[in-house]
Amino acid sequence: MSGAVDGPQPGGRAASAPLLGRQAEPTVFELSSPGRRAWSFRSSDLPSWQAHELVPPEHLASEPVALPELSERDLVAHHTRLTSRQYSVDLGAYPLGSCTMKYNPKLADATAGLAGLARVHPAAPAALTQGWLELLVGLGTSLAEITGMSAVSLQPPAGAAGELTGLLIMRAHHAHVGGSGAVRTKVLIPDSAHGTNPASVTLGGYRTVTVPSDHRGCVDMGALRRLLDDEVAGIMLTNPNTLGLFEEDIAEIAQAVHEIGGLVYYDGANLNAILGVTRPGDMGFDIVHLNLHKTFAVPHGGGGPGAGPVAVTEALAEYLPGPLPVLSHGRYHWQTPSRSIGRVHGWHGNTLALARAYAYVLATGGDGLRRVAEAAVLNANWLRQRLRGHYEIPYDRPCMHECVVSAAGLRRTHGVRATDVAKRLLEHGFHAPTVSFPLVVDEALMIEPTETESPQTVAALAQALIDIAATASPEDRHAPRGTPVARVDEARAARRLTATFDARGQG
Amino acid sequence: MSEVPGYVPHTDAEMATMLEFLGLGSLDELFSVVPEALRLVARPAGEAGGRRYLDLPDGLGEPDVLAEVERLALANVACTGWGVAPDAGLVCFAGGGAYDHEVPQVVPALAGRSEYVTAYTPYQPEVAQGVLQALFEYQTMVARLSGLAVANASLYDGASASVEAANLAAAVTGRGSAWVSTGVHPHWRATLATFAAGTGLDLTSAPLVGGTTSWKTPPAPAPAAVVVQHPNYLGCLEDLAAARRAADELGALLVVAFDPVSAGLVRTPGSWGADVVVGEGQPFGTPLSFGGPYLGLFACRLEHVRRLPGRLVGETLDARGRTAYVSTLRTREQDIRREKASSNVCTNQTLIAVACAIQLAWLGTSGLRELALRCARATRYTRERLLAIDGVEPLVEGATLREFAVRLPVAPAVVVERLADDGFLAGVVLGDEGGTGGDYGEGLLVAATERRTRSEIDAYSEALAKVLR
Repeated sequence: MSGAVDGPQPGGRAASAPLLGRQAEPTVFELSSPGRRAWSFRSSDLPSWQAHELVPPEHLASEPVALPELSERDLVAHHTRLTSRQYSVDLGAYPLGSCTMKYNPKLADATAGLAGLARVHPAAPAALTQGWLELLVGLGTSLAEITGMSAVSLQPPAGAAGELTGLLIMRAHHAHVGGSGAVRTKVLIPDSAHGTNPASVTLGGYRTVTVPSDHRGCVDMGALRRLLDDEVAGIMLTNPNTLGLFEEDIAEIAQAVHEIGGLVYYDGANLNAILGVTRPGDMGFDIVHLNLHKTFAVPHGGGGPGAGPVAVTEALAEYLPGPLPVLSHGRYHWQTPSRSIGRVHGWHGNTLALARAYAYVLATGGDGLRRVAEAAVLNANWLRQRLRGHYEIPYDRPCMHECVVSAAGLRRTHGVRATDVAKRLLEHGFHAPTVSFPLVVDEALMIEPTETESPQTVAALAQALIDIAATASPEDRHAPRGTPVARVDEARAARRLTATFDARGQG
Repeated sequence: MSEVPGYVPHTDAEMATMLEFLGLGSLDELFSVVPEALRLVARPAGEAGGRRYLDLPDGLGEPDVLAEVERLALANVACTGWGVAPDAGLVCFAGGGAYDHEVPQVVPALAGRSEYVTAYTPYQPEVAQGVLQALFEYQTMVARLSGLAVANASLYDGASASVEAANLAAAVTGRGSAWVSTGVHPHWRATLATFAAGTGLDLTSAPLVGGTTSWKTPPAPAPAAVVVQHPNYLGCLEDLAAARRAADELGALLVVAFDPVSAGLVRTPGSWGADVVVGEGQPFGTPLSFGGPYLGLFACRLEHVRRLPGRLVGETLDARGRTAYVSTLRTREQDIRREKASSNVCTNQTLIAVACAIQLAWLGTSGLRELALRCARATRYTRERLLAIDGVEPLVEGATLREFAVRLPVAPAVVVERLADDGFLAGVVLGDEGGTGGDYGEGLLVAATERRTRSEIDAYSEALAKVLR
């Protein structure tokens, strides 16, 4: 610094906090002031060996890694200002379709903060971690009952990891039962599926074969039957599907796939719709993954951590990732299934997220879980009905927990696209729905109000969408206004890649 | 009905009004599309009469839930620290990929802010600048720690980052195998093997000789990647120049799994020529947590950025020319590339990455070096005390920094059990990794972080000496 400490100098901006996050926040690197520090450590009374006495010369760093240097106060101000530029479920409705952005009860935060859970080493012997193992067994048992399956592995750390785990179980099963000489190379996926499905299929060593939807928005049974042969390893389905519609032919689909020796995989992304109402196991599914960050209220954390447990039928239990917590002779211990596909996580999964989900299951209970599905489906149907006449509804039949409407009409009349509607909704103080997905709907807006939004909130959301449609104009391409930043130039970000502070000016 | 019906705000009257708007007579009618044979009923008060219902207890009130999870928490023996009474907890000498570092209060205070906790993947950047900028800062710090140009916005853990690194190398080179040091964490190698069943990746092990990897007998055909951990699972600093040479001779990518804490003292993997750097980010801002959620660190050379797995945040401008952040190079990702994607990662570990970025900024340049120094001092002191005990021998001779392995005259599992009675988590038992046991022989892996004091280490070594007598 050149003597002066006023003006836009690094460090010390803490006192000029902008309200409502309208003002850009400097990066933490720009707030850095050489020599300033926040850190402190436990007094240890250990010999003060120096770096050159501890590290062989060829390994010793010639200069330290440069990190931001600021006071704790400035660090707190920085992140507090950043969070003022961030929308969240705690702030308002977040109807992001397929993501189930429900309210996350605070008792789960308290659970994850318990020292008796958070301060436990994952390699500690089972004798010292009986509480953790009991919790995991309790959660697994509850999830098995909720899904109608026999056995559960809690290791997969996210939904996509659960999908791949399920596909590897499918692969292990076919490798074991094989015999017929046929090599199963294909996995069927509806054209409305999430992108993670085909990506997981590829990583599972299979080829994706797309099954078209019919006029109802459901799997086309005729097309499905024509695709089924002895090269098919299985089918991945989301039910309700990504159009928010229940696959009414599900039992028939499962039977047809089973008849050719295939397995039926349930993508649990939309499980919220059917809690306590129907179960994947009863529908004929063999493998199920759950997204605990969706259905079981684990907070989404800005994009994780989540948890993606996998549940299977009794016949497939021997393939589950291990080790698994089990109870025998009154004690809990770890056991790896006989034909386990192996580990899918460095330790036991996203355990603190699992603890949050368990607290939610205990608080909600069997009666509450059914109530969750009822209210989620009620909200979505009410919203669909309310939007009728204001937006096109491509598959106009009762939906489950989410509804998909189309902005294609607005595009024709005003040149306004689904993305523009989404940005306009931000101006109204709501988060946007999922946009341009599922791919089978032109200008899709996929809206999932969730059960935790009150009827008044859902009504206000509907009114905002109606107002946006009523006042649509080409100007909407410049929305949003009043948000911390205006429409962001995504093309520029890709064209002039600047993915670190150090790359500034090099893009 | 329980008193807390699933955090559903609707009153019965409101539900009735909404049903009426839909022309429905009951909540059950909402599910008329579900075939009758598949439907459960609400749990009946008396006999179910053959009808199926969800067989779970009714929901509990918040105090009852908290009492139950607290009962479970108290059935564990936690490690000492804030919230655990010194005489009720274990002084932790276990590492092996999960370390007992201090997490300053500022980390949960900031990473626990509900704007970070209850947002999702920043699909709408105009209202997600908080998460996006925090991730941009995280990416910058991880890139600097690794010595490479670009880092992604997180993966699940060190194990999954290793899997993604091997997949990236396979895609870049068009080859179908990886040569993996036995010094890589056994759980990470097990995870690599699990996912290799799907990708068809062929894994060959490079053995440890005297504590570090021998690259003398390269596999044929040439692998996509040479994978090494530094310091390795036994705590030994690897010869990364030798690993780089091995990779060069084979035309393979060098993947280094590094310890981000040691990065406060030792040269970056990038300075040794690593092409991809992965690591476990738990030491920065995440408590032991029984193993998760942790944080997969992932960095690579700029030339591989279009194959980078997971999310990437970039800096750009908004329509008014102001600095803004956004998820970028989205065309790499599964929701766009679908079956052509080389990674299926969607939800990752954003909140843990934000916590990591907060703790790194709290440490700063001098704090990171001080942390690494304190860990190395505590480890050196512990090692000297333990090796002074009759019958305790180093398992390998290589130079160690923050962790080391010893051979004991008593079965290590027994030692861990006995020392727990004295209030110590003595270490991680080698040969107990499940599936990969036997790589290292029987031994105990011991780590001492900056949280260990001289008196704790003295008491630990005395307790160990007593058990071995």
